[in-house]
Amino acid sequence: MTAFMTWLENQLAENSIFTLQTLSYYGDGLTTTVQLVFLSLVIGLIAAVPLAIGRGSKHGWIKWPIFVYTYVFRGTPLLIQLYLIYYGVVFVDGIQETWLWVILEKPFVPALIAFTLNTAAYTTEIFRGAIKSTSKGEIEAARAYGMSPRQTMRRIIIPSAFRRALPAYGNEVIFMLHASAIASVVTIMDLTGAARFVYARYYAPFEAFLFVAAIYLCLTFTILYFFRYLEKKLLAHLQPQTS
Amino acid sequence: MIDLQGYGPRLIEGAGVTIQLAVLSLILAIILGLLTASAKMSRSWFAHRLATLYTTLIRGVPDLVLMMLFFFGGQIGVNMITDWLYYSFDIDIFVNINAFVAGVVTIGLIFGAYMGETFRGAFMAVDNGQIEAGKAYGMSDGLVFRRIRFPQMMRHALPGLSNNWMVLLKTTALVSVIGLSDMVRVASEASKATREPFTFMIIVALIYLLIASVSEWIFARLQKRYDIGYAEAD
Repeated sequence: MTAFMTWLENQLAENSIFTLQTLSYYGDGLTTTVQLVFLSLVIGLIAAVPLAIGRGSKHGWIKWPIFVYTYVFRGTPLLIQLYLIYYGVVFVDGIQETWLWVILEKPFVPALIAFTLNTAAYTTEIFRGAIKSTSKGEIEAARAYGMSPRQTMRRIIIPSAFRRALPAYGNEVIFMLHASAIASVVTIMDLTGAARFVYARYYAPFEAFLFVAAIYLCLTFTILYFFRYLEKKLLAHLQPQTS
Repeated sequence: MIDLQGYGPRLIEGAGVTIQLAVLSLILAIILGLLTASAKMSRSWFAHRLATLYTTLIRGVPDLVLMMLFFFGGQIGVNMITDWLYYSFDIDIFVNINAFVAGVVTIGLIFGAYMGETFRGAFMAVDNGQIEAGKAYGMSDGLVFRRIRFPQMMRHALPGLSNNWMVLLKTTALVSVIGLSDMVRVASEASKATREPFTFMIIVALIYLLIASVSEWIFARLQKRYDIGYAEAD
């Protein structure tokens, strides 16, 4: 054991890659990744609820545009969407003269827009499935109580659909965390960006990428357990009873 | 018509690379997935642990990070092995990892983990009585697998398989980052050169949608084929 500790100490002393400097890169990267993922998830979630309801609308002019939107954003790679927004925004006429340019010039906002649009499309479909699978009896019961369609939606369908959508949404959150690695392609210094920087600087692919992989793994498990906990709480009535 | 400014042929070539990459990694992923599924279902404690470790690790790390690890780290790793072979045994070989192989291996490895879960669920959905019946007819294990377990498992696996394929197809776009000339790479080079990102990116997006729609159709036909004999039951 002591031999191991001295060995470890020596290893750390000889370590030229994981200095305080590089660890701070990873730290900043972690902040950027979490910000990017959290913001896009929250905005995407807020947008997805009305979209999911609209997706099931009787009116074609509401239903079809939403369908096309989700189909396109789910059917094409996120990288393409990011490139389109990141490179494309420069070519919007006159945008460089407006105040918008100040924020759009940096890659963070275009990436946030791309991620938000992407996750909103996936989340819309997840909710759509959950809304569709609401049991007929619940809706009929609501009608029998004299609730209007709007009330039924708000009081009965949405709350139960939210719960049913939870496992699939948990997967989407993890998917988004992993997808956010793409941000490093447009020069954002997120976790992967930090790893690429450390790799390029020290030419140490194993150290740089394995370390960042471990951080992602920890984040993934945190999200996983958080959603497991939520499911246990919110779906308690669906669990098999234990005596 | 749309002016491709001479990038048309390269875009088609890029699309070819994308499709080859996707199909080859799908094949690798299916093989790995079948192996993982059987390891997870086996009685061997070690095989089970190994398969679980594999699926957990792969599914917890972003595709892009794994790809960079294999691509940038792969060469150094291979060099270390060949150096060791040279100094210890005087065997002189040189292996150059190219981006295409790295891409296929990485995507195959990633989706092998996902396929493993899909196949495991599908294998477990096949009624044990079917396998016993096959054995009672005197079929060998291999024959039972080929004639009974595999065709019936596929019926349950196809929806998951088709899902994985769609995600895999989109993941191939990432190889453009490690320097492989797939259609995304061509499109991004073309957009920078011509300063017309919309034209090229939208074309590539449409090609992706086209491939996705065609494969959706193929999967629907396959599903029909494997559903034979179950049509009334469902």
